[in-house]
Amino acid sequence: MSDSKVNMVAPPEGLNGEGFFATKLSDVVGLARANSLWPLPFATSCCGIEFMATMASHYDLARFGSERVSFSPRQADMLLVMGTISKKMAPILRQVYEQMAEPRWVIAVGACASSGGVFDTYSVLQGIDKVIPVDVYVPGCPPRPEQIVDGVMRLQDLVKSESVRRRSSPEYQELLASYNIS
Amino acid sequence: MALENTLIQDKLTETFNNDVFNFQQERDIFSLEASADKITPLILFLKNDPELKFHFLTDLCGIHYPDNESERQFAVVYHLHNWYENKRLKIKVFLNGEKPEIKSVSNIFLSSNWMERETFDFYGINFIGHPQLKRILNMDEMVSHPMRKEFPMEDSGRTDKDDRFFGRTTTNC
Repeated sequence: MSDSKVNMVAPPEGLNGEGFFATKLSDVVGLARANSLWPLPFATSCCGIEFMATMASHYDLARFGSERVSFSPRQADMLLVMGTISKKMAPILRQVYEQMAEPRWVIAVGACASSGGVFDTYSVLQGIDKVIPVDVYVPGCPPRPEQIVDGVMRLQDLVKSESVRRRSSPEYQELLASYNIS
Repeated sequence: MALENTLIQDKLTETFNNDVFNFQQERDIFSLEASADKITPLILFLKNDPELKFHFLTDLCGIHYPDNESERQFAVVYHLHNWYENKRLKIKVFLNGEKPEIKSVSNIFLSSNWMERETFDFYGINFIGHPQLKRILNMDEMVSHPMRKEFPMEDSGRTDKDDRFFGRTTTNC
Protein backbone atom coordinates (compact mmCIF):
# COMPACT_ATOMS: atom_id res chain seq x y z
CA MET A 1 0.00 0.00 0.00
CA SER A 2 3.03 2.26 0.05
CA ASP A 3 2.49 3.39 -3.52
CA SER A 4 -1.17 4.33 -3.10
CA LYS A 5 -2.13 7.94 -3.62
CA VAL A 6 -4.99 8.02 -1.18
CA ASN A 7 -5.33 11.36 0.56
CA MET A 8 -6.37 10.97 4.15
CA VAL A 9 -8.35 13.73 5.81
CA ALA A 10 -6.06 15.76 8.03
CA PRO A 11 -6.90 15.57 11.72
CA PRO A 12 -8.22 18.70 13.39
CA GLU A 13 -6.07 20.85 15.67
CA GLY A 14 -5.48 19.25 19.01
CA LEU A 15 -3.10 17.88 21.56
CA ASN A 16 -1.16 14.89 20.41
CA GLY A 17 0.57 12.63 22.85
CA GLU A 18 1.60 9.07 23.58
CA GLY A 19 -1.55 6.99 22.97
CA PHE A 20 -4.04 9.85 23.05
CA PHE A 21 -5.29 12.76 20.97
CA ALA A 22 -7.39 15.50 22.51
CA THR A 23 -9.44 17.93 20.47
CA LYS A 24 -12.74 19.84 20.42
CA LEU A 25 -15.97 17.90 19.95
CA SER A 26 -17.08 20.59 17.50
CA ASP A 27 -14.12 19.84 15.25
CA VAL A 28 -14.66 16.09 15.27
CA VAL A 29 -18.34 16.45 14.52
CA GLY A 30 -17.53 19.00 11.82
CA LEU A 31 -15.01 16.64 10.28
CA ALA A 32 -17.52 13.79 10.23
CA ARG A 33 -20.29 15.95 8.79
CA ALA A 34 -18.08 17.58 6.16
CA ASN A 35 -16.85 14.28 4.79
CA SER A 36 -20.25 12.63 4.54
CA LEU A 37 -22.47 15.28 2.98
CA TRP A 38 -25.31 13.32 1.45
CA PRO A 39 -26.73 15.24 -1.47
CA LEU A 40 -30.35 15.79 -2.37
CA PRO A 41 -30.25 16.97 -5.97
CA PHE A 42 -33.16 19.22 -6.89
CA ALA A 43 -32.38 19.35 -10.60
CA THR A 44 -34.74 21.13 -12.94
CA SER A 45 -32.57 22.02 -15.94
CA CYS A 46 -29.16 21.95 -17.60
CA CYS A 47 -27.22 22.40 -14.35
CA GLY A 48 -28.74 19.08 -13.30
CA ILE A 49 -27.03 17.44 -16.28
CA GLU A 50 -23.72 18.95 -15.19
CA PHE A 51 -24.34 17.52 -11.73
CA MET A 52 -24.90 14.08 -13.25
CA ALA A 53 -21.48 14.42 -14.84
CA THR A 54 -20.13 15.46 -11.45
CA MET A 55 -21.58 12.34 -9.87
CA ALA A 56 -20.23 10.09 -12.63
CA SER A 57 -16.91 8.29 -12.56
CA HIS A 58 -14.71 10.95 -14.13
CA TYR A 59 -15.34 13.67 -11.55
CA ASP A 60 -16.62 11.24 -8.92
CA LEU A 61 -18.36 13.28 -6.25
CA ALA A 62 -18.31 10.10 -4.14
CA ARG A 63 -14.71 10.97 -3.21
CA PHE A 64 -16.16 13.61 -0.90
CA GLY A 65 -18.34 11.14 0.96
CA SER A 66 -21.34 12.05 -1.18
CA GLU A 67 -21.84 8.58 -2.56
CA ARG A 68 -25.45 8.30 -1.56
CA VAL A 69 -27.62 10.57 -3.64
CA SER A 70 -31.14 10.45 -2.34
CA PHE A 71 -34.12 11.95 -4.06
CA SER A 72 -35.82 12.21 -0.74
CA PRO A 73 -35.31 14.61 2.16
CA ARG A 74 -34.55 11.67 4.44
CA GLN A 75 -30.95 11.45 5.62
CA ALA A 76 -29.95 14.20 3.18
CA ASP A 77 -27.74 17.02 4.43
CA MET A 78 -26.94 18.98 1.30
CA LEU A 79 -29.69 20.33 -0.93
CA LEU A 80 -28.33 21.15 -4.36
CA VAL A 81 -30.75 23.32 -6.32
CA MET A 82 -29.81 23.11 -9.97
CA GLY A 83 -31.77 24.91 -12.61
CA THR A 84 -34.52 27.43 -13.13
CA ILE A 85 -36.99 27.59 -10.27
CA SER A 86 -40.26 29.06 -11.42
CA LYS A 87 -42.58 30.76 -8.98
CA LYS A 88 -44.88 27.80 -9.33
CA MET A 89 -42.06 25.48 -8.24
CA ALA A 90 -41.02 27.65 -5.26
CA PRO A 91 -43.48 26.17 -2.71
CA ILE A 92 -42.37 22.65 -3.63
CA LEU A 93 -38.70 23.56 -3.18
CA ARG A 94 -39.56 25.09 0.15
CA GLN A 95 -41.44 22.01 1.23
CA VAL A 96 -38.47 19.80 0.33
CA TYR A 97 -36.21 22.08 2.37
CA GLU A 98 -38.58 22.04 5.34
CA GLN A 99 -38.74 18.25 5.27
CA MET A 100 -34.96 17.93 5.60
CA ALA A 101 -33.68 17.36 9.10
CA GLU A 102 -31.14 19.69 10.71
CA PRO A 103 -28.28 20.16 10.10
CA ARG A 104 -28.93 20.97 6.46
CA TRP A 105 -27.06 22.99 3.91
CA VAL A 106 -28.05 24.45 0.58
CA ILE A 107 -25.99 25.01 -2.56
CA ALA A 108 -27.48 27.11 -5.37
CA VAL A 109 -25.86 25.79 -8.52
CA GLY A 110 -25.74 28.01 -11.58
CA ALA A 111 -27.08 31.41 -12.55
CA CYS A 112 -30.78 30.46 -12.51
CA ALA A 113 -30.90 29.07 -9.00
CA SER A 114 -28.68 31.87 -7.70
CA SER A 115 -30.39 34.85 -9.29
CA GLY A 116 -32.91 33.85 -11.93
CA GLY A 117 -30.19 34.04 -14.56
CA VAL A 118 -31.25 35.14 -18.00
CA PHE A 119 -34.89 34.46 -17.15
CA ASP A 120 -35.77 37.90 -15.88
CA THR A 121 -39.50 37.33 -16.26
CA TYR A 122 -42.75 37.30 -14.35
CA SER A 123 -42.79 33.52 -13.97
CA VAL A 124 -39.29 32.83 -12.65
CA LEU A 125 -38.15 33.13 -9.08
CA GLN A 126 -35.23 35.58 -9.05
CA GLY A 127 -32.92 33.43 -6.96
CA ILE A 128 -33.85 30.69 -4.51
CA ASP A 129 -32.64 32.81 -1.58
CA LYS A 130 -36.06 34.46 -1.82
CA VAL A 131 -37.59 31.33 -0.30
CA ILE A 132 -34.85 29.34 1.46
CA PRO A 133 -31.51 30.27 3.04
CA VAL A 134 -28.48 29.47 0.85
CA ASP A 135 -24.96 28.62 2.00
CA VAL A 136 -22.95 28.46 -1.22
CA TYR A 137 -23.61 29.94 -4.65
CA VAL A 138 -21.94 28.33 -7.65
CA PRO A 139 -21.65 30.73 -10.59
CA GLY A 140 -21.76 29.66 -14.22
CA CYS A 141 -24.28 28.95 -16.90
CA PRO A 142 -24.05 26.04 -16.62
CA PRO A 143 -21.07 25.54 -14.29
CA ARG A 144 -18.59 22.84 -15.24
CA PRO A 145 -18.35 19.81 -12.93
CA GLU A 146 -15.12 21.26 -11.50
CA GLN A 147 -17.08 24.29 -10.35
CA ILE A 148 -19.73 22.14 -8.70
CA VAL A 149 -16.98 20.16 -6.97
CA ASP A 150 -15.48 23.49 -5.89
CA GLY A 151 -18.87 24.53 -4.50
CA VAL A 152 -19.07 21.31 -2.52
CA MET A 153 -15.54 21.87 -1.18
CA ARG A 154 -16.44 25.41 -0.13
CA LEU A 155 -19.43 23.99 1.68
CA GLN A 156 -17.16 21.46 3.36
CA ASP A 157 -15.08 24.35 4.70
CA LEU A 158 -18.25 25.91 6.12
CA VAL A 159 -19.39 22.64 7.65
CA LYS A 160 -15.97 21.90 9.17
CA SER A 161 -15.92 25.20 11.01
CA GLU A 162 -19.56 25.19 12.06
CA SER A 163 -20.16 24.99 15.77
CA VAL A 164 -22.38 22.15 17.00
CA ARG A 165 -24.49 24.77 18.76
CA ARG A 166 -25.08 26.92 15.69
CA ARG A 167 -28.43 25.41 14.78
CA SER A 168 -29.94 26.26 18.14
CA SER A 169 -28.47 29.77 18.30
CA PRO A 170 -30.84 32.75 18.32
CA GLU A 171 -29.20 34.12 15.15
CA TYR A 172 -30.02 30.95 13.26
CA GLN A 173 -33.57 30.91 14.59
CA GLU A 174 -33.90 34.49 13.45
CA LEU A 175 -32.63 33.56 9.99
CA LEU A 176 -35.22 30.82 9.65
CA ALA A 177 -37.92 33.10 11.04
CA SER A 178 -37.07 35.64 8.35
CA TYR A 179 -38.02 32.94 5.83
CA ASN A 180 -41.10 31.97 7.89
CA ILE A 181 -39.68 28.51 8.45
CA SER A 182 -40.30 27.32 11.99
CA MET B 1 -56.63 14.80 -56.66
CA ALA B 2 -55.34 17.24 -54.11
CA LEU B 3 -57.60 19.33 -51.99
CA GLU B 4 -57.80 22.69 -53.75
CA ASN B 5 -58.19 26.04 -52.03
CA THR B 6 -61.10 26.94 -54.29
CA LEU B 7 -62.98 23.82 -53.27
CA ILE B 8 -62.57 24.62 -49.58
CA GLN B 9 -63.59 28.21 -50.16
CA ASP B 10 -66.66 27.30 -52.23
CA LYS B 11 -67.86 24.70 -49.76
CA LEU B 12 -67.46 27.01 -46.77
CA THR B 13 -69.07 30.00 -48.48
CA GLU B 14 -71.98 27.83 -49.57
CA THR B 15 -72.60 26.64 -46.03
CA PHE B 16 -71.69 29.69 -43.97
CA ASN B 17 -72.29 32.63 -46.34
CA ASN B 18 -71.03 35.79 -44.69
CA ASP B 19 -69.68 34.15 -41.56
CA VAL B 20 -66.50 33.11 -43.36
CA PHE B 21 -64.51 35.72 -45.22
CA ASN B 22 -61.06 37.04 -46.02
CA PHE B 23 -59.82 33.87 -47.72
CA GLN B 24 -56.17 34.10 -48.66
CA GLN B 25 -53.08 32.02 -49.23
CA GLU B 26 -50.58 33.13 -46.59
CA ARG B 27 -47.24 31.70 -47.73
CA ASP B 28 -47.95 27.97 -47.77
CA ILE B 29 -51.06 27.91 -45.66
CA PHE B 30 -54.59 28.68 -46.72
CA SER B 31 -56.31 30.89 -44.19
CA LEU B 32 -59.66 32.50 -43.52
CA GLU B 33 -61.48 34.53 -40.94
CA ALA B 34 -64.68 33.45 -39.27
CA SER B 35 -67.16 35.05 -36.94
CA ALA B 36 -67.03 33.90 -33.36
CA ASP B 37 -70.61 32.67 -32.97
CA LYS B 38 -70.25 30.18 -35.83
CA ILE B 39 -67.04 28.52 -34.71
CA THR B 40 -68.62 25.29 -33.46
CA PRO B 41 -70.56 24.43 -36.65
CA LEU B 42 -67.60 25.55 -38.76
CA ILE B 43 -65.10 23.27 -37.04
CA LEU B 44 -67.60 20.42 -37.04
CA PHE B 45 -68.24 20.91 -40.74
CA LEU B 46 -64.52 20.95 -41.56
CA LYS B 47 -63.97 17.83 -39.53
CA ASN B 48 -66.91 15.76 -40.73
CA ASP B 49 -67.34 16.77 -44.35
CA PRO B 50 -66.36 13.74 -46.49
CA GLU B 51 -64.32 15.88 -48.86
CA LEU B 52 -62.62 18.27 -46.45
CA LYS B 53 -61.72 15.82 -43.66
CA PHE B 54 -59.76 18.22 -41.45
CA HIS B 55 -59.41 15.59 -38.79
CA PHE B 56 -56.56 17.01 -36.80
CA LEU B 57 -56.23 20.16 -34.72
CA THR B 58 -52.54 21.06 -34.86
CA ASP B 59 -52.74 24.08 -32.63
CA LEU B 60 -55.03 26.58 -31.02
CA CYS B 61 -53.67 29.82 -29.65
CA GLY B 62 -54.47 33.43 -28.89
CA ILE B 63 -53.13 36.74 -30.13
CA HIS B 64 -53.49 40.19 -28.65
CA TYR B 65 -53.73 43.19 -30.98
CA PRO B 66 -53.77 46.20 -28.64
CA ASP B 67 -53.84 48.68 -31.55
CA ASN B 68 -56.98 47.27 -33.16
CA GLU B 69 -60.46 48.64 -32.58
CA SER B 70 -62.14 47.24 -29.49
CA GLU B 71 -64.16 44.63 -31.43
CA ARG B 72 -60.97 43.07 -32.83
CA GLN B 73 -58.59 43.25 -29.86
CA PHE B 74 -58.10 39.52 -29.49
CA ALA B 75 -57.87 36.68 -31.94
CA VAL B 76 -58.08 32.94 -31.52
CA VAL B 77 -56.29 30.96 -34.21
CA TYR B 78 -57.13 27.39 -35.15
CA HIS B 79 -54.71 25.36 -37.23
CA LEU B 80 -56.34 22.33 -38.84
CA HIS B 81 -54.60 19.59 -40.77
CA ASN B 82 -55.98 17.12 -43.26
CA TRP B 83 -53.61 14.16 -43.12
CA TYR B 84 -55.08 12.40 -46.14
CA GLU B 85 -54.19 15.25 -48.49
CA ASN B 86 -51.51 16.84 -46.27
CA LYS B 87 -53.42 20.11 -46.41
CA ARG B 88 -53.34 22.70 -43.68
CA LEU B 89 -55.86 25.38 -42.86
CA LYS B 90 -55.75 28.38 -40.57
CA ILE B 91 -58.87 29.93 -39.11
CA LYS B 92 -58.69 33.26 -37.33
CA VAL B 93 -61.51 34.48 -35.15
CA PHE B 94 -61.43 38.02 -33.80
CA LEU B 95 -62.95 38.75 -30.41
CA ASN B 96 -63.89 41.87 -28.57
CA GLY B 97 -61.42 43.34 -26.13
CA GLU B 98 -63.76 44.08 -23.25
CA LYS B 99 -65.07 40.57 -22.79
CA PRO B 100 -63.24 38.10 -25.04
CA GLU B 101 -65.19 34.87 -25.14
CA ILE B 102 -65.81 32.11 -27.63
CA LYS B 103 -67.40 28.67 -27.63
CA SER B 104 -65.06 25.87 -26.64
CA VAL B 105 -64.25 23.22 -29.25
CA SER B 106 -63.00 20.77 -26.63
CA ASN B 107 -65.96 18.49 -27.30
CA ILE B 108 -64.94 18.24 -30.98
CA PHE B 109 -61.18 17.97 -30.59
CA LEU B 110 -60.16 16.61 -27.20
CA SER B 111 -56.64 17.97 -27.71
CA SER B 112 -57.96 21.50 -27.57
CA ASN B 113 -58.75 21.09 -23.88
CA TRP B 114 -55.23 22.00 -22.77
CA MET B 115 -54.66 24.44 -25.60
CA GLU B 116 -57.73 26.40 -24.54
CA ARG B 117 -56.60 26.33 -20.95
CA GLU B 118 -53.26 27.74 -22.05
CA THR B 119 -54.94 30.47 -24.08
CA PHE B 120 -57.14 31.34 -21.12
CA ASP B 121 -54.09 31.36 -18.88
CA PHE B 122 -52.07 33.76 -21.02
CA TYR B 123 -54.74 35.93 -22.64
CA GLY B 124 -57.78 35.69 -20.38
CA ILE B 125 -59.99 34.56 -23.24
CA ASN B 126 -63.02 32.77 -21.87
CA PHE B 127 -63.93 29.51 -23.61
CA ILE B 128 -67.61 28.90 -22.99
CA GLY B 129 -68.43 25.29 -22.22
CA HIS B 130 -64.89 24.22 -21.43
CA PRO B 131 -65.03 21.38 -18.86
CA GLN B 132 -62.25 22.74 -16.65
CA LEU B 133 -61.17 26.25 -17.52
CA LYS B 134 -58.33 27.01 -15.11
CA ARG B 135 -54.70 28.03 -15.43
CA ILE B 136 -52.37 25.38 -16.76
CA LEU B 137 -48.86 26.84 -16.87
CA ASN B 138 -48.79 29.82 -14.53
CA MET B 139 -49.37 29.70 -10.83
CA ASP B 140 -52.98 29.80 -9.69
CA GLU B 141 -52.44 32.86 -7.49
CA MET B 142 -51.63 35.02 -10.50
CA VAL B 143 -54.21 37.65 -11.31
CA SER B 144 -52.91 38.91 -14.67
CA HIS B 145 -52.77 37.33 -18.10
CA PRO B 146 -49.11 37.77 -18.98
CA MET B 147 -49.22 37.54 -22.79
CA ARG B 148 -51.42 40.61 -23.02
CA LYS B 149 -49.33 43.45 -24.34
CA GLU B 150 -50.12 45.79 -21.47
CA PHE B 151 -48.51 43.37 -19.05
CA PRO B 152 -44.91 44.38 -18.22
CA MET B 153 -42.28 41.79 -19.09
CA GLU B 154 -40.23 42.43 -15.99
CA ASP B 155 -40.97 43.15 -12.39
CA SER B 156 -40.79 46.92 -12.00
CA GLY B 157 -40.06 46.63 -8.30
CA ARG B 158 -36.81 44.81 -8.90
CA THR B 159 -34.12 45.84 -6.47
CA ASP B 160 -31.47 43.21 -7.03
CA LYS B 161 -30.59 43.82 -10.64
CA ASP B 162 -28.88 46.94 -11.84
CA ASP B 163 -29.84 47.72 -15.43
CA ARG B 164 -26.38 49.09 -16.18
CA PHE B 165 -24.90 45.60 -15.89
CA PHE B 166 -27.44 44.07 -18.26
CA GLY B 167 -26.97 46.40 -21.22
CA ARG B 168 -30.43 47.83 -20.65
CA THR B 169 -31.16 51.49 -21.14
CA THR B 170 -34.40 53.42 -21.00
CA THR B 171 -34.67 53.26 -24.78
CA ASN B 172 -34.14 49.59 -25.50
CA CYS B 173 -36.47 47.85 -23.08
